[in-house]
Amino acid sequence: MSLILDRRTLVLGAAATLAGCDRLAKNETVREALFSAGNFHKWAQRSLMARDALAREFRPDQISPFFRPNGTANPNTAEYKALWRNGFADWRLHVTGLVGRPLSLSLAQLHALPHREQITRHDCVEGWSAIGKWRGVPLKPILDAARLRDGARYIVFHCADDMGGGRGYYESIDLEDAFHPQTILAFALNDEPLRVANGAPLRLRVERQLGYKQAKYLMKIEAVASLDGIGGGKGGYWEDRAGYDWYAGI
Amino acid sequence: MESASSEPIAAEPKLVLRHKGPTRLWHWLNALLLYVLFASGLGIFNAHPRLYWGHYGANLDRPWLVLERFGSWITLPAHYNLAMSRHWHLSAAPIFAFALLFYMVWSLFGGHLARDLAFRRDELAPRHVWQDIKDHVRLRFPTGEAALRYNMLQKASYIGVIFVALPILILTGLTMSPGMNAAWPWLVDLFGGRQSARSIHFITAFMLVAFFLVHMLMVVLAGPLNEIRSMISGRYRVPEARR
Repeated sequence: MSLILDRRTLVLGAAATLAGCDRLAKNETVREALFSAGNFHKWAQRSLMARDALAREFRPDQISPFFRPNGTANPNTAEYKALWRNGFADWRLHVTGLVGRPLSLSLAQLHALPHREQITRHDCVEGWSAIGKWRGVPLKPILDAARLRDGARYIVFHCADDMGGGRGYYESIDLEDAFHPQTILAFALNDEPLRVANGAPLRLRVERQLGYKQAKYLMKIEAVASLDGIGGGKGGYWEDRAGYDWYAGI
Repeated sequence: MESASSEPIAAEPKLVLRHKGPTRLWHWLNALLLYVLFASGLGIFNAHPRLYWGHYGANLDRPWLVLERFGSWITLPAHYNLAMSRHWHLSAAPIFAFALLFYMVWSLFGGHLARDLAFRRDELAPRHVWQDIKDHVRLRFPTGEAALRYNMLQKASYIGVIFVALPILILTGLTMSPGMNAAWPWLVDLFGGRQSARSIHFITAFMLVAFFLVHMLMVVLAGPLNEIRSMISGRYRVPEARR
């Protein structure tokens, strides 16, 4: 018997196995099993880490020379352009949903609240990383001021960027991350007001998760009991559209 | 009762139980999982086919390696889909990691490590090592009783894979997770930062590919049917002793 192990056999073998795997992934049960791994990782990580375990904070000399913007570089909608033109003086952050006291906060009001500064690493789902210094308002005092109601389980972040077809970018986190000390609404990057490419005037930083969770161009924060009724129901724009994991800690 | 010294009849080849159940099970589980992990890993790599050293690294930073995207003949899925590649990779990874952990514990306490993998003192003598290398290069495989023991180079590569390469792959994989970085910050520091860990993950994966190719070559040269059977049913025909 002769066994020829050349490149062609390898390519054919790999292609055949691949075709098998791709067909398997179309099966609903297999697909569900593959998608459910995210739940395992969330459970495992939450079991391993303290509730308030901090993401690593870096020294100023470790900051990336250039913080790469990604996703929408400019929302470019008429509404956003009007806000940008007068320096976001008319912009308001609305805090709504399952809250006892809905809020409408101006940039000046946010600036007046106690700040937090953190030099953290931003990890894109694609694989690259950038280190930047963020300054902003912790989310916790804002949620406390709005008085979350008992049924609230998730915080949804609605953004100004239209991703096409009238669908806005949005993201969501659960209360464990919402009340984490490093979860802030940032208005400055590397000691400068947030630029449009990086999410002006305000963006979310949730430091124990990947980049697509860091919603830019924040317009509205909504407390909800379930993610079902929002967007495609998966808890975020990329979760709905591309099938990314809702838990982006891995 | 048969006598204890059962001399094999020359005409009848001697069959022995070469590999135990856990080894065989783990071997084939690995064959499947490592394939899924490698192919889906290349799919993930294609999202940003550049590698850096240190904590950070993005398009305007200096990479040490820039590659074209890997072709669809080797990535899983066979077209660019980062979300699906991640689902495959992150589903297979925990099974793979826990299987390795169980196998390590079994090897340690079940005697596999001490009996089959640990070096004997005389094997480490330079003359013996050199002889082993010469035998390999000349494709002069051991026969008779010697064929039932791993030689020095085999032991070194199996120990290297089980106790060094595979754990490094798992640990560097964990350090790419921002959640794990918060849980175990020391781990990412051990590898010199997240982008270094990503580079080490990639390098180690390709070292494992090199192991796989040599492994395939050795199986083919040593008699593929006998070798593959010994990994399926455990039965191995001992090569007749050289005169």
